[in-house]
Amino acid sequence: MTNVHCAGLRPVWAASAAVFVVATAVVALVVGPTDIDRSGVLLTAIDALGPWSIDTGLSETQTSIVSNLRLPRVALGLVVGAALASAGATFQGVFRNPLADPYLLGVAAGGGLGATLAFVNGWGDGQGVFDAVQVGAFVGALSSVAITWGVGVLGDRSRSATSLILAGVAVASFFTAVQTYLQQQNTDDIRQIYVWFLGGLTTSGWDEVGQAVIPTLICLAVLVISGRTLDVMAVGDDEASMLGLSVGRTRLALVVVASLLTATAVAVSGLIAFVGLIVPHTVRLIAGTSYRSIVPLSALVGAGFLVLCDLAARTLLTPAELPIGVVTAFFGAPFFIVILRTANR
Amino acid sequence: MKFRWIAALAIALAMFAAACGEDTDVASDDVGADSSTTDSTEATADAATEDASDEAMDDDASEDDAMADEDSDDTMVDDASEDDAMADVPSRIVSLNPTGTEMLFAVGAGDQVVAVDNFSYYPPEAPVVDDLSAFTPSIEAIAAFEPDLVVTQGPIEGLDALGVDVLELTAAVTLDDVYSQIEQVGATTGHVGEAAELVGQMQADIDAVLTALPERETPLTYYHELDNTLFSVTSSTFVGYVYDLLGLVNVADAADPDGEFFGYPQLNEEFLVTADPNIIFLADTICCEQTAETVAARPGWDQLSAVQAGNIVELNDDVVSRWGPRIVEFIEVAGSAVAAIETADA
Repeated sequence: MTNVHCAGLRPVWAASAAVFVVATAVVALVVGPTDIDRSGVLLTAIDALGPWSIDTGLSETQTSIVSNLRLPRVALGLVVGAALASAGATFQGVFRNPLADPYLLGVAAGGGLGATLAFVNGWGDGQGVFDAVQVGAFVGALSSVAITWGVGVLGDRSRSATSLILAGVAVASFFTAVQTYLQQQNTDDIRQIYVWFLGGLTTSGWDEVGQAVIPTLICLAVLVISGRTLDVMAVGDDEASMLGLSVGRTRLALVVVASLLTATAVAVSGLIAFVGLIVPHTVRLIAGTSYRSIVPLSALVGAGFLVLCDLAARTLLTPAELPIGVVTAFFGAPFFIVILRTANR
Repeated sequence: MKFRWIAALAIALAMFAAACGEDTDVASDDVGADSSTTDSTEATADAATEDASDEAMDDDASEDDAMADEDSDDTMVDDASEDDAMADVPSRIVSLNPTGTEMLFAVGAGDQVVAVDNFSYYPPEAPVVDDLSAFTPSIEAIAAFEPDLVVTQGPIEGLDALGVDVLELTAAVTLDDVYSQIEQVGATTGHVGEAAELVGQMQADIDAVLTALPERETPLTYYHELDNTLFSVTSSTFVGYVYDLLGLVNVADAADPDGEFFGYPQLNEEFLVTADPNIIFLADTICCEQTAETVAARPGWDQLSAVQAGNIVELNDDVVSRWGPRIVEFIEVAGSAVAAIETADA
């Protein structure tokens, strides 16, 4: 807690996190199930980043693999990882709850119900700009947060953290019940639904990146500049009020932004567990407890972590895919225990 | 929340395991042995069964009796005391197995079927009961139809309590499994003759497809798509076995060499583009509304020679995922697609 007073983002941590993100992105680009000349891959990536034209030395198919399949998958991993981790950090701050994650207020259950509705009703054919399943998941995720907020206010006018969390549990249970019922009634869609629930970036293209990147960057910017507010909220509702902060309104604003971030991630990648819980804690243990550093660092570390996990998901059992949720938990949990032990010494 | 995937994965794996159980419970060894004698080539399988259904009863009366002896188990005696001529032939069949339903109707036992589960929507005249689920079966719901035979895909807990005959038709591994299951359905329902005729017709039709295939020096490769997240099948599945018969090589075999995914791996997209199969079979035209056009429009897929040459075959999800009489349709569609590819292209 001593770090609260000398807060702020230390350049050394910012630089380290940035190097981590760039390094993971480069590794994830050059390594893949297909063996492609590594310098050629990097040249293709650089070629795609600007108006210049570089002779990469790759065949047409190899160029297509890098620019149409690998690059967007890595890019989406960065965006989703940053979104989930920074949203998780915000939820942990807003609710002063170490178990808070981006799915705290029923986002997962609501997104799951929305996606399930899209699957069982056969909405859309995935040909428009926005896929029906993505729209369903996005709307469902945001609806569940809105309902949680409404229910939480019913129970407690002050909108305390506890009443909101309990409301989230109730709403999530209800949505999960409806989702499970629909799923049992439509067993022919069950595999698609499960695959969605496990999350993944398997067939991501530039469409998904395009849909997710702008909302993510805007929300992320808002959360990063709210670091000081989160630090004030961290001292407690009463204390924050005495310091002149409108706790209820601030909490609503931050929850809305973090939920938008989460819903965006869920829409393009399904439910990827663990990232939003573990990354902010790891950052906190290493770089101190001020949200002015936790939020931006979580975004960077989350981006790199998810890209690494996705790299494992597509290469460990190559040429088969592993569900990314398996990877995030299988490698994330032991890693987190190591961090926990080291930091507590 | 974070352990949700464990449950999901467990259930998903269980489903895959159930869908491709490696052993069939088919018990009718001797019934199936001498059935392949019919070689009528003028009628299709469907026509044959329709014609047969009228007059079949008389023809097979003697066989019914013979069959009744060998099939006599304890439970059957309890319920069926009223009728005399048709003593041991079930007249109130409930099917909780869509493939079983197709077989029942194909051998001419459709009139004896009183209720089928909510996915047994083929043939159209099958008496589908919307609330009758084979996935979460309700013993009470089954009992309400007062069945004298229940056709299932596997054991159903609590069904013994009804004291009713159960015919388990587990997922086929080979065509011989399909044939012996059809014969078993025929024997159990009193339609031995039609079943034998149907099997003969299927064998003749499939042989015709296989013999029409051109010889190739290098076999063609294929990718069979189960959904648009690139779940596929390996050669260890029944579907993969059918493609084996057509002389095709499966690009997905590399993704599940040890059966960790029970023959149903999810393929990496760039691997698939690099593997560049000669033919793409879409078994997700219904579930996921995929077509040759949507496949061609996927980013990076314009590089695939199957896309460039138009060798994308749209299949009916249901026909391909079942192992009933319509397997002939699947083999004919796939076979003609294979035959249409110039031998030089390979």
